[in-house]
Amino acid sequence: MSRISRLPSSLIRAAACTGVAALALTACGSGSGSGTASTGSGSVKVGLITKTDTNPFFVKMKEGAEKAAKENGVELSTAAGKFDGDNAGQVTAIENMVAAGVKGILITPSDSKAIVPALEKAKAKGVLVIALDTPTDPESAVDALFATDNLKAGELIGEYAKAAMKGKSAKIATLDLAPGVSVGIQRHNGFLKGFGATDKDVLCAQDTGGDQAKGQTAMENCLQKSPDINVVYTINEPAALGAYTALKAKGREKDVLIVSVDGGCTGTQAVKAGKIAATSQQYPLKMAAEGVKAVATFAKGGKKASGYTDTGVTLITDKAQDGVTSKDTAYGLENCWG
Amino acid sequence: MTATSTPPSTSSPYSELKAPTTARRLLTQPTTGPLVALLLACVFFSVSTDQFLTGGNFSLIVQQVMVVGTLAIGQTLIILTAGIDLSCGAVMAFGSIVIAKMAAEGSLPPLAAIALGLVVCGGFGLLNGALVQKIPLPPFIVTLGMLNVAFALTHIYSEEQTVSSLPGPLTALGQTFPLGKTDITYGSLVTIALFLAFAYALSNTSWGRHVYALGNSPEAARLNGIRTSRLTIGVYTVAGILYGIAALLLISRTGVGDPQAGQTDNLDSITAVVLGGTSLFGGRGSVLGTFIGVLIVGVFRNGLQLMGVASIYQTLITGVLVILAVTVDQLSRKKAR
Repeated sequence: MSRISRLPSSLIRAAACTGVAALALTACGSGSGSGTASTGSGSVKVGLITKTDTNPFFVKMKEGAEKAAKENGVELSTAAGKFDGDNAGQVTAIENMVAAGVKGILITPSDSKAIVPALEKAKAKGVLVIALDTPTDPESAVDALFATDNLKAGELIGEYAKAAMKGKSAKIATLDLAPGVSVGIQRHNGFLKGFGATDKDVLCAQDTGGDQAKGQTAMENCLQKSPDINVVYTINEPAALGAYTALKAKGREKDVLIVSVDGGCTGTQAVKAGKIAATSQQYPLKMAAEGVKAVATFAKGGKKASGYTDTGVTLITDKAQDGVTSKDTAYGLENCWG
Repeated sequence: MTATSTPPSTSSPYSELKAPTTARRLLTQPTTGPLVALLLACVFFSVSTDQFLTGGNFSLIVQQVMVVGTLAIGQTLIILTAGIDLSCGAVMAFGSIVIAKMAAEGSLPPLAAIALGLVVCGGFGLLNGALVQKIPLPPFIVTLGMLNVAFALTHIYSEEQTVSSLPGPLTALGQTFPLGKTDITYGSLVTIALFLAFAYALSNTSWGRHVYALGNSPEAARLNGIRTSRLTIGVYTVAGILYGIAALLLISRTGVGDPQAGQTDNLDSITAVVLGGTSLFGGRGSVLGTFIGVLIVGVFRNGLQLMGVASIYQTLITGVLVILAVTVDQLSRKKAR
């Protein structure tokens, strides 16, 4: 945490030096700047660029990277887009990190295609480029990928829902992410595959952006459209909790099965409380830690990381079904993120 | 650009009291504050991190602000007429998708696709201007509506797909050429040339003087024989064409047509205009100030990144600077009275 605690003083100095005298408590021009990156001392720099810096998933990923940076004796700098889909912001961050002389860049691409040219430029300068969480298109734009298999994450909850329905006729609603975003499409398709259904069997599909309020609105509308919905697939736990609120208002929360993906701590608690039946837990800390380690290895003259590394996914539920492998919420809460 | 007052004649009995000294003139120049802030920021970052003060890094900063900078020229023109344009980023995104799709799918030769993009964006500007002037409606409302229209059209027309594998001419402005040890992006030169051209037009042509007059008082401008209606629609149209140029710069920078682009660029361009000392009340400010404004944002983002400071603090500092800039503007007006 020393990095964090040293930030304010350097910021105050930055502010003071730029005429924000009201904020200034220290004189400027002390030179080296205590909170600044040490330069030219031969320390290895790693850059982490997330989609946003407000989503808990990425906050956690950052923590995982910081911890791994300490362990591996490298220096981490972070940046993020302003919103999910801020590709120009990510391109700017890539350029600045290359200018800052990083050895490697870890990035969760907001869009699998839009940042490819910028990544290729970075690679051409000898920077090791690793995608986390989301693949690029083409995959050759990065050296390596550390991510969850989102199709598999969807399949697990699909199989679980199928088993839990015990042959009852399923009336499915899907609360999805956004049009054209690969993560959302893979989870959605995985769920249908695991359930043994097709898009024709879905009575109501709505985009939520993974947002709780939008998830609630979407569920309310779906219930208006098809009051007999009994299985709800959700892109992530915030959307699932939004759906739960909408179902509860109609007194339907007990007889509708909600399944989700993510495995954040709040979401895992909701599984424990019985609001969500099951969730596919993923491991952002691991993605970041593996990525940092790969850059450190590369910097020490070791091998360049390459190819796809599946960082794993686990089905978490307290109502295990026969024939579907799962772990209980005690395990889930021990390994959750956020 | 305040009008330079004539040097006081020594015979004037008031010369002692009223003579605007160089110092005072500088203080009431709206670009002075931003320029000082920019220089201080540069000094600070040069001291804090070794990689800041290099030609390559400055080239990078200009390259990073060229898109918002070009949008901000159009935004400055509109704000000088006491209007505001919330639709600029969305119009640019639509223009970039039109250019990228037309060229990538081979419906049009690349140069024709670029021309079409400029025409489409100019058309949005014309429509904005006509609605503001002819109905008339408040610019805030018109452009807020147009923001949604352009945003939706972008997503409908692109089918949410990023357009890649673009032909060479579309990304030509993103290429670099060496200047000594530094690589300069062609697009940066386009943006700088546009800034200089509009700075000249605003301060040295009758069109420029009319724009200021219109912003200060539309009624007085009309009584002085300025065709205010034509002038307003013209300003919005020119701004639209500038957004089309920004669309081309955006494509050349990222190498793709991206339907998600430009979502915060409307506010980012207004931020640059305000940081550059242009008044939101109209009639006071300059595009050179706006150029300093975009550079302030770019320098902070780049410098803090090089120092390893998280990006959220850049947003924090930008917010503080905006409020500070408006405060300075207000106080200097009081002094000027």
